[in-house]
Amino acid sequence: MSSSDNWPSWEVFTQKGDGSPHEHAGNVHAPDAEMALLNARDVYARRMEAVNIWVVPTVSIVASTPEDMGPFFDPANDKMYRWPNFYKTPEGIKQI
Amino acid sequence: MENNHQALFTYCVRLADNALVLAQRLCEWCGHGPILEEDIAISNMGLDLLGQSRALYTYAATLEGAGRTEDDLAFHRNERQFLNRCLVEQPNGDFAVTMMKSFLYSSLAYLQFRELSRSKDETLSGIAAKALKELTYHVRHSSQWVIRLGDGTDESHQRISIALQDLWGFTDELFEMDEVDRILIQAGVACDLEALRSEWNQMVEEVFGQALLSLPSVVGYRSKGGFKGIHTEHLGHMLSEMQYLPRAYPDAKW
Repeated sequence: MSSSDNWPSWEVFTQKGDGSPHEHAGNVHAPDAEMALLNARDVYARRMEAVNIWVVPTVSIVASTPEDMGPFFDPANDKMYRWPNFYKTPEGIKQI
Repeated sequence: MENNHQALFTYCVRLADNALVLAQRLCEWCGHGPILEEDIAISNMGLDLLGQSRALYTYAATLEGAGRTEDDLAFHRNERQFLNRCLVEQPNGDFAVTMMKSFLYSSLAYLQFRELSRSKDETLSGIAAKALKELTYHVRHSSQWVIRLGDGTDESHQRISIALQDLWGFTDELFEMDEVDRILIQAGVACDLEALRSEWNQMVEEVFGQALLSLPSVVGYRSKGGFKGIHTEHLGHMLSEMQYLPRAYPDAKW
């Protein structure tokens, strides 16, 4: 911990309410998991934005690259049948 | 004001002064934190304490019934009229000193407000219950840093050791009580600090154990009497900055 440059980065996911999914909120720097959790609380949950927090080392995130865009996402262009557009949603359902 | 009333006024001002003075110290870090995240964390805790002091000053002003407001109590008293413990007025020093000071204060304040949340005075117990949640976090944050600095690098260990050595002499004073406390303890309103001492010792020794720190064997100076207005030289300088604006421009509005 000789300088803040050495501190690893952590991705922060916050849950806005019971039953809601955890969503990516941003990232923090911290020397270890416990401090990452405390920093995440101070930066992303100090205005009652969350009921639960996950922190994950940024190095553990595997991301697709810009070169993957074509093969990954374009084939979905002409496949309307993969959308649930033709189902009727029952009344009163708020979250699907 | 009758006896109990007068005592409760003084008791609330003492608690509020601790919170306000430490709030001012912590907020001095704003823009100077070692990293952005810590800058936000320290200022957050300062603002928690500021909120606690406001609630306590407002209640004290109501008890006094003399037309003074929270602002009058915060900005229009001189250092001899401030009743905070000398620990909280000590300068921030480096990050280690700030974390140690925050830990020593918040660990005892946590125990004290836990007791006060069961006070027979409903307003005080309400303020204490709210503050307790904030202080729980302050203890967690500051103790984690004390442990990491103590069990960190040679330099961080040395800095946190010096912080403990410099601040330990201010801890006896945290437990001082007088007639005000005795009247209110009897009425079931205040808490007996002496009764919390062994629990507090355990609490700090556990953290110091993990931090590989030992209590100073020799303590040269022991502060006394902050709660009666006897302070170290640092409070006056701090107040001159904190109180400058409302004193220079008495009718200034935000």
